Amino acid sequence: MIRIANGQGFWGDWLEAPVRLVEQGPIDYLALDYLAEITMSIVQKQKLADPNLGYARDFPPLIGRIARQIRERGIKVVANAGGVNPVACAREVRRLAPELKVAVVEGDDLYPRLDELLGRGHMLANMETGEPLVSVRDRILSANAYIGAFPVAEALATGADVVIAGRCTDTALALAPMIHAFGWGAEQWNLLAAGTIAGHIIECGAQCTGGNCYVDWMSIPDMAGIGYPIVEAEADGTFVVTKHAGTGGRVSADVVKEQLLYELGDPRSYLTPDCTADFTTIQLADDGPDRVRVSGIRGRARPEKLKVSIAYQWGYKAIGSLVYTWPQAMEKAGAANRIVRERLAALGLRFDEIYTEYFGVNACHGPAAVANLDPPEVQLRIGVRGADKKAVDRFTRELVPLVLSGPPGATGFGDGRPPVREVVAYWPALLDREEVRTKVEVLA
Amino acid sequence: MTVPLAEIAHARSGDKGDTVNIGVIAWRAEDFEVLRREVTAERVKAFFGELVTGEVERYELPNLGALNFLLHGALGGGGTLSLRTDAQGKTFASALLGMPVEVAVSNGTESASN
Repeated sequence: MIRIANGQGFWGDWLEAPVRLVEQGPIDYLALDYLAEITMSIVQKQKLADPNLGYARDFPPLIGRIARQIRERGIKVVANAGGVNPVACAREVRRLAPELKVAVVEGDDLYPRLDELLGRGHMLANMETGEPLVSVRDRILSANAYIGAFPVAEALATGADVVIAGRCTDTALALAPMIHAFGWGAEQWNLLAAGTIAGHIIECGAQCTGGNCYVDWMSIPDMAGIGYPIVEAEADGTFVVTKHAGTGGRVSADVVKEQLLYELGDPRSYLTPDCTADFTTIQLADDGPDRVRVSGIRGRARPEKLKVSIAYQWGYKAIGSLVYTWPQAMEKAGAANRIVRERLAALGLRFDEIYTEYFGVNACHGPAAVANLDPPEVQLRIGVRGADKKAVDRFTRELVPLVLSGPPGATGFGDGRPPVREVVAYWPALLDREEVRTKVEVLA
Repeated sequence: MTVPLAEIAHARSGDKGDTVNIGVIAWRAEDFEVLRREVTAERVKAFFGELVTGEVERYELPNLGALNFLLHGALGGGGTLSLRTDAQGKTFASALLGMPVEVAVSNGTESASN
């Protein structure tokens, strides 16, 4: 049995979680998931500004904090912290923790190869719209293939203390240690599907230990000290989801079910570079306090193509708000919205979209919101999006004037006009897997 | 009798591009059939009204007593493009838990686990 913990569900997750996972009980592998779909474009911008950056900058200081303990106890760290510059990330880890052996998985970065790939006839068409990539070629910021668990397992086989990947799948961070420890083969689909589903359960950190959870949430103990998840994996593909004894939160079959359904598409065909996992085969059973046993998982062959995550410059957006108070709070906010739109139209400004929400009334749930007929206050929130930066910038000057020239009682404008933000959009595509060749580099 | 969906199920939602997924899970295995009957793709689409511009698909996971809904065109462009407060669809689950569903009186809502 091996224990695989997940201490980070995204870049920005709780900084203390991975440290506590190391300090509060036994683990063999510490997986850290830093990348969301749009993170690659953020790190790409950072690399353009400074060629020594372009990775999850929280990661090297964390390894510095836990270096002595993971070295002494033989804990291996597996992270997709490399972003678009995994070697630079590894060098910084080595600078802060010179005693550690670090392995880097490279080959996911397709940005330098885009013209070559397009030139040889790969369309890299948008999976949602079907548009060919050439239509946004001059605005692309990053392009990375999702790589699976086998290259990461190969990096573990070098004996490295820390394995850094770029855009590997979130689930690969948990599956790779199982492949490495149990010697699973590339066509053992049921085992690979089991490891993938274990990865899916823990990839969002505390979302499977009581965080963001509707299972009697008010009774979940000690959320301030919530324990991040641990998978106790067996060589036969069964596993237990748990957390360290004495930590907060809750692990039960109901809690794990919520996370199994999170960001799920067709449950029979959960596609990864390693296999196709079937979520309709999962069997869950409570196995004592804060322990859930998972078994029965079946999988099928991996897909022919790899998914590619491309980010490109789309345009600009800005979102601003004003607060109106009782009486007639909603009527005042509605009138202010109409005035803003009338003034924008009079200026002849064009936007891809103008979107209005009444925060406190219907912002999140729209027509499904519970009626709030006479709210004590309403925040008018207006956003615009468009290709013309000047138009978006002009919009940001149209809210604060309403304090003097609109309905009575506007407040909440303390920060002045809202910032204009660049919009980097996501372009999912597919590519033949033979085009992506990974390699492992060791820094020691 | 009519009760909010929360009486017989819990849920979690998330995003994939401009699509929201909502997983709806029966508290008790025997209520999975009630979910299948009451929480149809058509009703979910109608419940969210103008928030969802595309189709709603429904998948079944009887092994978990759960349904998975995909609400296409539900995030105003999705990801970074969206101008919404809930650009990642995190709160669609809690909205859906307020949807009225018809249950047998013998279902005994007073014994529901939440």
